[in-house]
Formats: sequence, structure tokens, C-alpha cells
Amino acid sequence: MSLALLIEQLLNGLQLGVMLFLMAAGLTLIFGVMGLINLAHGSLYMVGAFACAIVAAATGSFWIGLAASLVAAAAAGAIVEVTVIRRLYDRDHLDQVLATFALILVFSEGTRWVFGSFPLYLDIPPLLQGAVPLPGGGQYQLYRLAIIGVGIAVAIGLYLLISRTRLGMRIRAGESDREMIAALGVDIKTLYTVVFALGAALAGLAGALVGALQSVQVGMGEPVLILAFVVIVIGGIGSIKGALFGAILVGVVDTMGRVLLPQALSLMLPPSQAGLVGGALASMLIYIVMALILAFRPSGLFGAQS
Amino acid sequence: MRSILATGLLGLSLSVSGLANAEPVKIGVITTLSGGGSGLGIDMRDAFTLAIDRSGNEDVELVIEDDAQKPEMAVQIANKMIQSDNVDLMTGIIWSNLAMAVVPSVTAQDVIYLSPNAGPSALAGERCHPNYFNVAYQNDNFHEAMGQYANEDYKNTFILAPNYPAGKDSLTGFKRFYEGELAGEIYTQVGQTDYAAEIAQIRSSGADSVFFFLPGGMGISFMKQYAQSGLDIPVMGPAFSFSQDVLPAVGEAALGVKNSATWSKDLDNEANKAFVEAFTEEYGRLPSVYAAQSWDTANLILSALEKASPDDKEAFRAALKEADFDSVRGEFAFNTNNHPIQNVYIREVVEEDGELTNKVVATAFEDHEDAFAQDCSM
Repeated sequence: MSLALLIEQLLNGLQLGVMLFLMAAGLTLIFGVMGLINLAHGSLYMVGAFACAIVAAATGSFWIGLAASLVAAAAAGAIVEVTVIRRLYDRDHLDQVLATFALILVFSEGTRWVFGSFPLYLDIPPLLQGAVPLPGGGQYQLYRLAIIGVGIAVAIGLYLLISRTRLGMRIRAGESDREMIAALGVDIKTLYTVVFALGAALAGLAGALVGALQSVQVGMGEPVLILAFVVIVIGGIGSIKGALFGAILVGVVDTMGRVLLPQALSLMLPPSQAGLVGGALASMLIYIVMALILAFRPSGLFGAQS
Repeated sequence: MRSILATGLLGLSLSVSGLANAEPVKIGVITTLSGGGSGLGIDMRDAFTLAIDRSGNEDVELVIEDDAQKPEMAVQIANKMIQSDNVDLMTGIIWSNLAMAVVPSVTAQDVIYLSPNAGPSALAGERCHPNYFNVAYQNDNFHEAMGQYANEDYKNTFILAPNYPAGKDSLTGFKRFYEGELAGEIYTQVGQTDYAAEIAQIRSSGADSVFFFLPGGMGISFMKQYAQSGLDIPVMGPAFSFSQDVLPAVGEAALGVKNSATWSKDLDNEANKAFVEAFTEEYGRLPSVYAAQSWDTANLILSALEKASPDDKEAFRAALKEADFDSVRGEFAFNTNNHPIQNVYIREVVEEDGELTNKVVATAFEDHEDAFAQDCSM
């Protein structure tokens, strides 16, 4: 494999990782602060993609669509938090899983009811079309580089928000002792709604960015949700830093596994067999990595050691 | 007062049962009406109900249920339809894994099943059954046609499909007729949405063409990303990723792509013209391959009903087997294994009146039979 191809595949892995980070950051933030398992996070991703596709089709501008996706997902998140999620904080995880699973069904069928069953169209904006040259003679798609840039910007933004601002201080306080900050007079209800809406907006942003690369359709959020859960388990539940490293690890391992395993096996097996076996192994690879990491660090890479 | 009401109700129920004395033929339709794959099932249902409505035959009653693309749900619905609804015939299933779960038990209970889409190889070969009629195709057919057509222009094709039974059948079907070299052969994950890694491999493989089978959202994602990557190696595939239901979502990336199918909107025959006109007029959108196959299924049933009653299974099966109806695909006959003998066409995606659609550019096979008929003992 040439150097250019290797760099291109590493960038692909990084881009997948950054996209997973946008999903996982919200998921892990919500779990860390409120102790809530939110299966409906994938639905918020879908809401973002649909909002972007519809607004972009109506206005002709991807950028207005992108802004709409943030607003729509945050609003959907806030409404869901106030009407449903708020009742679940004191319940055990099984009740939370049941209720948020029900939300998936409501969101999916609701979206299908309103927008129909046929996938929607969303293309990348003209500004980001085209490719940039890579060292080694290859080329890389500009839009995917932009996704990597957005992901890094969000990671830095989240870091600053949590370590430098008053809101961040409250989020950290909420993570370590819920009763105490409520007793100190912080409006914990509003804080929870804000955190939930923030997580939802990140999921919506991921949905809109990725919607331009793939098909915008009902049920698009669930496969990503599973990967996002793998990411936060690897990174350590509740840790944003863990979500970042976990996401990039999963993205790179998954991409490189898909490329390298069939090639490695083709040294020993006939090509069609190598493709089949390699493909099957590649789809297991991230779960094997997760199992190995959990065997040595049961609370994940950056999880609180308890 | 109460007795008057009761008499009234009794009278009503009597008059209802009086109407029902004509003993309508009940057809159970199990198809996918919710979830990500529902676009296909909705086209199937819409074309089927439209064909029955337009025929003017009022003795047909439809029982339509949604399987949500879940095999266990389809099995439950099938049992309910047979045991409590007492359906005479069944049809509707889109997906092969659901068909494999439902069809063998349905046909074993002596109910006739007509497939409007799925055609798994197992049911065409050793496990063929006199009560099972496939009005669509055997799963390999579209891929075989593309392999045959690729011989004309290409010597070094890169092929990819998802890693599940229909994906393996697809690549096997393509290779059955393709004679050139393979630049690469990849099995992707089912439900995969990002193909950047695969596209990079295609770019570096030196292929002169790409054949892919990625149904549903997978194909939309692949085509968009392929177009965005700037690769200009020609792409081809079965019609599933270029059907009328997904073309708007793929967008201009699909323009010019060759794809294989047994039907196209512009096939020149009277039945097809009438079908396209009726469907477009009723629903305000162009029909897909699934709608066309479903329309044929309904008309096949109607043609058999004129000759025999489903109560006489033997006679009804014989009437179905004659395939005495005007197919929108032109010539249509059943092989010994109750699967179609039909032409398979190569279509090209074009833009017509600002809308993406397909037109026929070549005929890959005339009167094509599937490769499994010889394994069927009927």
C-alpha cells in the first residue's frame, strides 16, 4: 500500500472518529451529569439531518440548513427533557432505557408520518466541494477535512466551556454531587435542560454534517448510536476526554481494519474468501478492541477509577 | 327502546352478512409499511390496491398488514392471516430474509403465496413448492445481467456488496456471466454508511469499472460519496440503487449510470403504458420496479380468478401457471420452478422534465431462466 493511500485511509478513520465524537460527547455528558442512559440520542441525530435537508431544500443554502439543524435538535432535546426525561432521573436505568427506547419509536414513526418514507436529498455546499492534494501524491476530499476541523473546534470549545465558564463549573459540580449543588441554590432543573439541549445540538450537528455524505432517512441514527455507545464505554463513561480519544480510536481501528484485514488475508486465502473472512473480522474488530480495553481497564481509558 | 335498537342492529348485521354471501376472495398482503425500508413496501401496496380497484372486480378483499421489516413479525402476521382471517392467497413480502421465514410454512399449510419481489435461491431450487409462485425474479437475475453486459466494455471490474446472503448471491451472480478480471472484491458491513475507505481502495486498484449491490440507504450513501470523491470510473449495479424511490435522494450523482432490471417505465407495450399512466395519475409520482412487479402480481391473480376458484387449489395453481395476463414487462412465462422466464434489460439514468428516471438502452438477456430451476423437482 502506497504512502498516499495510507494517509488517505488514516484521514478517513480520523473523520469517522470525529463524527462519532460529536455523538458520543453529548451522550457521555448527559450520562455524566444526570446519570441518564439516553437511547433516543440517535433520533436527535436524525432530527438534525432532516432539519438540515428540509431547510436546505427550501432555502437553497446548506449553511442555513446547518443552523436550522442545531436549533431543531436543541429544541427537540429541550422539549423531550422537560416532558419525558425529567421524570426519569430518580428511576433506575431499566426504566430509562424503556422510556428512551419508546422515544426512538415515536421519533421514527413521527418523522415518517410527517416527511414520508422516501429518503431526502442533501448535498455538500459548493464552497466545500472538491479535493485538496496530500503529501505523497494523493488527494483528499475538502468536505471531509472540514468535518475533521469542525470536530476539533467542538472538542476545544467543549474543553473551554467545561473548564473555564460558570456553566462548566456547575456541570462539573453536578457530576460530582447533585444534592449539594441543589442545596447551594443552583437551579438544577434548568441546568439539566441546558445540558440535554447542548448534547442534542451536538448530535443534530453530526447528523446534518453526515447527512450530506449519506442518505437522510428514518432510522439513520440507530447504527451510529451503537458505535457511540462503544466509544463512551472505551473512553470511560462521563468523560469528554475519553469520548474524544475513544472516538478517534474506534474510527481509525474500524477504517484500517476494513482496509488491511482483507489484504492481509489475501496473502493466505483466495481473493473472494479473503474478502468474506476479512469483512467479517473487520466488522468485529472494534468490539474485540473494546473487550480487550475493558479487560485491562474495566472503567474505560479515562473513566473514574472506582 | 332497547328492543327497537336491538332489532335494528340485528337487521343491519343481517344485511351485512347478506352482502358477504358472495364469498369474496381474501388476499393477505404482508409488506413493509414502517421503518427505513417502507418506501418499497408502500410502492408495492399502492400498485397492488390500484390494480385491484381498476379491475372493477369487487369480489376481492385485501387484508394488508405491516411487517416493519422484521421476520418474527411477518411470521406472526402470516399465522394470524391463515388461522383467523382465513385468507385464500398471500403476497407482499419485499425482503428475502422475511420471505425465507414466512414462505415455507405458508406453502406447507396449503396456502398459495405469490412473491412480488424477494426471490431467494433456496426457494427456486431444492425447496421449490407448487404453492409458491415468484412473479418478480430470482435474486441473482439482475446481477447476472450486469455481469453479461459488463463483458462488452470492461476487462477489470471492482465488485462490492454487503456481507450477508443476498450480497454473496449478488457477487456470485455477477461472476457467473462476467468473463474479465476482477480488480478487487470487497464485502462491506450491512448497514454501513461510510464508504470512504472502499472508495480509496477502488481508486488505487486500477479498475476500469465498478459493480456494486448496496440496497436501500447504503446505495444512496455510496453513490453520493463516490460522486463527491471525484473518481470518474464508470459505475454499474442492479436497479435497486437507481429505482424511482431512491433516485431523488441520490441526485445528479446517478446520471448516466447503467443498471439492470426486468422493467422500465419506457418499455414499449400497452399494459406498461396503462400502468404508468394509472399509477402517476393516482399517486402523483412515478412508479418503481417494486410497483411494476406488484401490479403484475395483482393482474396475474385476477387472470387466474377468471378461470378458477382458489377453493379448488389444483385448478387455481394451473390457472396461475398459465400466466395468462398482460405483463408490464412484455413477454412473461413461468419456468418449471414457478419462477419467471423473462427479458432482463440494461437501463440508464437520465433526466426527463427535471426529474431523474431510467430508460432502456440494451437487452442483456432474452427469455432468461434462473440457474436453480434444474435443482427443482417439480
